[in-house]
Amino acid sequence: MDVILELLRKDARITPQEIAKLTKKNVDQVKKKIKKYEKDGVLLGYKAIVNKEMLEDKEGEVRALIEVKVMPQKDLGFDKVAERIFSFPEVTSCYLLSGSYDLLLVVEGRDLKTVSRFVAEKLSPMENVRGTVTHFLLKKYKEDGVMLKSKEEHKRLAISY
Amino acid sequence: MKKNIVSQKVKEMRPSGIRAFFDLVLGMEDVISLGVGEPDFVTPWHIRESAIYSIEEGYTSYTSNKGLVKLRTYIAQNLKKRFGLKYDTNEEILVTVGVSEAIDLVMRAILNPGDKVLICSPSYVSYGPVAELAGGQAKFISLKPGNGFKLTPQDLKKNIDPDVKAILLNYPCNPTGVSYTKKELGALNSIIEKHDILVISDEVYDELTYDFDHTPFPTLPGARGRTVYLNGFSKAYAMTGWRVGFACGPKEVIQAMTKIHQYTIMCAPIVSQMAACEALVGPRKPIEEMKREYQRRREFVTSRLNEMGLSCHKPDGAFYAFPSIKKTGLSSGLFATRLLKSKKVAVVPGTAFGPEGEGYVRISYASGFDQLKEALSRMEEFIKKN
Repeated sequence: MDVILELLRKDARITPQEIAKLTKKNVDQVKKKIKKYEKDGVLLGYKAIVNKEMLEDKEGEVRALIEVKVMPQKDLGFDKVAERIFSFPEVTSCYLLSGSYDLLLVVEGRDLKTVSRFVAEKLSPMENVRGTVTHFLLKKYKEDGVMLKSKEEHKRLAISY
Repeated sequence: MKKNIVSQKVKEMRPSGIRAFFDLVLGMEDVISLGVGEPDFVTPWHIRESAIYSIEEGYTSYTSNKGLVKLRTYIAQNLKKRFGLKYDTNEEILVTVGVSEAIDLVMRAILNPGDKVLICSPSYVSYGPVAELAGGQAKFISLKPGNGFKLTPQDLKKNIDPDVKAILLNYPCNPTGVSYTKKELGALNSIIEKHDILVISDEVYDELTYDFDHTPFPTLPGARGRTVYLNGFSKAYAMTGWRVGFACGPKEVIQAMTKIHQYTIMCAPIVSQMAACEALVGPRKPIEEMKREYQRRREFVTSRLNEMGLSCHKPDGAFYAFPSIKKTGLSSGLFATRLLKSKKVAVVPGTAFGPEGEGYVRISYASGFDQLKEALSRMEEFIKKN
């Protein structure tokens, strides 16, 4: 992966100036490259990583992983069914997998009831959905390479040879 | 108690000129430190895990004086694979308590009273005192800032006399970050060969070489039989606290070193040796990631320093920058003390590494990027006011 993308993935707030210094490129080059990535849809956005475990107000934090078995459609395969499913705002991620089921969804809701209602009233009754298994998420340890705990501190001396 | 309880030799050892400064740093809170001589990474998990496992399995005993056969085998394999360098597992490799112990051993193993060891200055702090404790004499080669503190063949030639038995090389270098290309080493090697001098080559930062391939000294033509090659796990694998390193060299020297080692240390800790095995055979991804991270910080730090007017050679390796602070008109010690007191940023005065370091400070970029950014901004403010 391009170093610029790598650096942005680690810290989206890093400035083009800093990237330029870290990579020995000039600032305009870096800016141009970022613009191009944004235009081409490589860089889709920049967001913060929130550790919801630490929030006082725990609202909106119920998540479920849902295995979905679907009936593929003639000529369209899984794509059309998947689209009907992932277009629901409750679905935050949707993957097509090999193995014993077809789609894996990550669904977010305000509380258990919201998520259950989504499964019972929207997902399961869909024509091409043959079955679902819902796993409610209990705790997150690591997400997208980020460990969701306070950083491991290196207990170094403040100064040494 | 009798007076004069401390030996004459130890009394005569030069005290570290900057102990007081170190105490000042350690006594202060919320300091951003660019003064640390070790990685800011914690040892990669797979290595820590293997050490924990080895304790659970009951590996709590002594090992052979030379170190675990398994570890020596992996070291030999690793050197062969990386550099085509061949050492005999049984007779030419000794596992030590860090490179520090290996330096002490080799000095004691080779020096007779009156023998001189050439040591570059500025250099890592232990070389001189260890040579002298071993009964030898440290002869410092004064490196010139004009050459970016690189040892030149001329400087080397000038300093050789009949009493010089060995030369200690350290590349990539702490504190300057200087390293040498194969060609540069070749030029030094021909002089060394001509005068039949033993080379003690401390290459503990070898994995952190950025712009060219690292050349181990014993791979140079004719050098293997005249070189004691020292390396360890502290820097590349972020394992400073484990205290494990190794020496490879001619059978005669390794045997002599082992003799001292068996009486003084017995063996390196078994848990650390087990961890070192995992370091050598485990995934290299974390090591490569650390290197890449250092390399990026190096670009950032040198360009920021030059931008604020502290001229700084780009270091070839290790994780140190050694900028000149002469334009501030302050001495290294004063610069470091004032920077610490007014901005809470710690750097090491260049004089800690020899008188040639006057007018310079050592900046370690083994610190998180955010910290580096903040520390360098504070330095810039400090310089503007001075």
